[in-house]
Amino acid sequence: MNETVPNPAPPLQAVDYRLKGYHLEAMVAPDQVVPAARAMDEQGFSLDTITGVDWLAQEQMEVVYDYFHPARGLRTVVRARIPRDQPEIPTISGVFPGANWHERETHDFFGIRFLEHPDLSPFLLPEDADFHPLRKDYTA
Amino acid sequence: MNALASNAAAFLDAEPWRLLVWLAALLGFVALNAAYLVWVERKSAGRFQRRPGPTEVGPAGLLQPVADGLKLMAKQLVVPAGADSALFRAAPLMVIAPVLMGLAVIPFGRGLAALDLNVGLLMIFALGSINVMAIMLGAWASRNKYSLMAAGRMVSQNIAYEIPMLLVVTTMAMVTGTLDLNQIVAQQAGAFWHWNLFRLWVNPLMPVTFLIYYACMLAETNRAPFDMAEAESELVAGAYTEYAGMGFGVFFMAEYANIVLGCSLATVLFLGGWHSPFGLLPGLAWFLLKMYFLVFSVIWVRWTFPRTQFYVLLNLSWKILIPVSLLTLILSAAIIKIPKALS
Amino acid sequence: MVGAPIAPHPAAIAPKETFVLNLGPQHPATHGVLRIKMTMDGEYVDRAEPVCGYIHRMHEKMGENRTYAQFLPNTGRIDYLSAMHYTHAFVSVVERAAGIQVPPRAEFIRVITSELNRISSHLVWWGAFLLDLGGFTPLLYAFEDRERILDLLEGITGARLTYCYYRFGGLCNDVDDTFLEGTRQFIAKMRPRLKMYRALVTDNIILRKRLIGIGPISAELCRRYGATGPVLRGSGVTYDVRKAEPYSVYPELEFDVPTFPEGDSMARYLVRMEELAQSLRIIEQALGKLPSGPVMAEKVPRVLKLPAGDFCFAVEAARGRFMVRVVSDNKEVPYRVKLRTPCLSNLSLFEEASRGLFLADALALLGSLDLVIPDIDR
Repeated sequence: MNETVPNPAPPLQAVDYRLKGYHLEAMVAPDQVVPAARAMDEQGFSLDTITGVDWLAQEQMEVVYDYFHPARGLRTVVRARIPRDQPEIPTISGVFPGANWHERETHDFFGIRFLEHPDLSPFLLPEDADFHPLRKDYTA
Repeated sequence: MNALASNAAAFLDAEPWRLLVWLAALLGFVALNAAYLVWVERKSAGRFQRRPGPTEVGPAGLLQPVADGLKLMAKQLVVPAGADSALFRAAPLMVIAPVLMGLAVIPFGRGLAALDLNVGLLMIFALGSINVMAIMLGAWASRNKYSLMAAGRMVSQNIAYEIPMLLVVTTMAMVTGTLDLNQIVAQQAGAFWHWNLFRLWVNPLMPVTFLIYYACMLAETNRAPFDMAEAESELVAGAYTEYAGMGFGVFFMAEYANIVLGCSLATVLFLGGWHSPFGLLPGLAWFLLKMYFLVFSVIWVRWTFPRTQFYVLLNLSWKILIPVSLLTLILSAAIIKIPKALS
Repeated sequence: MVGAPIAPHPAAIAPKETFVLNLGPQHPATHGVLRIKMTMDGEYVDRAEPVCGYIHRMHEKMGENRTYAQFLPNTGRIDYLSAMHYTHAFVSVVERAAGIQVPPRAEFIRVITSELNRISSHLVWWGAFLLDLGGFTPLLYAFEDRERILDLLEGITGARLTYCYYRFGGLCNDVDDTFLEGTRQFIAKMRPRLKMYRALVTDNIILRKRLIGIGPISAELCRRYGATGPVLRGSGVTYDVRKAEPYSVYPELEFDVPTFPEGDSMARYLVRMEELAQSLRIIEQALGKLPSGPVMAEKVPRVLKLPAGDFCFAVEAARGRFMVRVVSDNKEVPYRVKLRTPCLSNLSLFEEASRGLFLADALALLGSLDLVIPDIDR
């Protein structure tokens, strides 16, 4: 951890908004999502949504964090890739309390474990569900 | 034949048969009211909401109450497991009995009162408090969280509104000088400016007194906008959640009977009882006209206003109605007593 | 001994007695199948935990098994009360990715129908909210106005609620003069009705006591939970996707974004009532500026394949910011469809905002958030 810059800004790159629908994006390592969230928080961004994408062919899962700025109208996307056989990533619900439900839903759909999440019980699936429907290798 | 008729008349004039006939008639009156006030309410609600209301059963839906009554009677009265069976069954009875007794002292027309008590006003309010206790017992005996919460609210609401109601009634007793309802009506004989509502030289705040009485009556009968205990969309069916079939039907009947009792008392105390403003119809017809006009206004208010919150309701009573009704009481007392003391 | 501290009596430090009250999933006050586990301390709400998932239909999985065109009807059923907006977002994200140009007439008609949908959605909210508060009659008045909108939209789309009118590149069919004339008449009839609603309901003292100062939500709370729409605008933040990320022909139309700073239930109520008036203004301008021409782009491929990558589009739906993210791998079926719905973010702040409120006030707060539960569960 870099002590002199506690919340290093994520390496944002500009994107063609008219094609993609967002202005800036960054790819970060999984352990950098919390500092990235804190940087977004300090800048005044609001959490739009958190979701996952299952890249079966590459044996990775991608966690996508969308942020929007209520005053400046900017849209930012922060991504992180985690290995498919051990899908773990720290939770950002300490920074954005709204992430609680989004992370529960992503866990429901993909089985991604958000470390130190207060309550990772099923959000939309039944309480006793142990399957993850949006995985590409899921068969009913 | 004439001898038989006059014998029968003499027999029925004697107590206690006269009273029993009256009570039977009152029971029929209450039942008919409960049935057809529901029809009036549903039709009025429909018209206020720009729709026709019940039209299917009978001409203009007039047989709808019959259908509803049959449905309620056909349902099984389920006593929840763990509920206090005796209290659960007794509660509806305890709610309807005091209302019938209260209606017995109301003078419906010239000489048309079941009971000619010289403390009629006192009797109505003595019996009126049993209503609250009966609903509380029924809700507690249901063993249901929703019922208990609703009944708790209802008890504190009724206590809060009992006080200004009694202060208003005490003011009227002072103004008229009697507790006998027949005498109160007799004092208002003549054209409509003799009605107690316009007796401003004794109590200049008489219209305010009437409005306080009206608001307290709405609260005592648990009608909107004071229907915390019952129709609250938060508490399902409130105190009556566990009652099905005729148990619920009796509570329902008692609610409408209470409205009729409250409006009858308002007519007697403020609007001249059975006296007609300008002749034309017999006294009984005028009494019923005035009373049903007030009942219609109660129904109108229900479908117009939203509900208040509970603490706003209680604040209204404790912080506004009680001080104002105390003021009218003291004012009337001063106006009655001071000239006498000075002369 | 003098001076030694006295230990408090055990009764003085007894924990408060709470009980759990279960609101729903079938309940008159929750708009749809929502269950809220309320831990009550007497009349006060100690903790309110929403439990969702009773109407979870897994639209996002359906998005991976259907082509883009086959997924279109799904969009109308996520939030059925503002179906046009949701279809608009999905259709627009595909148009953005595939580079399809929508003709101006189609864009104007999309705006007109979307704003009509916003009005009908707000009318349902208004009636249902007042029903929660105990006023039974306004619901019927609102539905009378809504019938006119539904009749207009049925004439061109064939549906009363779950519209599927937009297609990739435009609309499925053009509007006729009956619709245009009917919409003008509707606007003329609706404006006096709004005045009546103000006089009869908004200015009613009981309603004001019920909503003013109740259920305060600060702008900071909204930001931390991602709340948008009237919830955010009722807390003083002027954020509207139509102005922040302009789309369709909204930049050519003049309208205000009503914002109220108080953050209580009354502010959120007033935001939506003002939005009704603003939507009427937008429709009027769009009707005036409606150009003639085709309503469908030329050369839209029958089998749509988007280039690889992810694409987003956000719209201002009736309840807030709705965003669709499509991840494509150049096949005719999307790789991933993510639906970011406003009601989920709006409800997530309920637990924190309702602590310590009376039950009646918590329910007024819930009603003022304007929730449609299928929107949360998808």
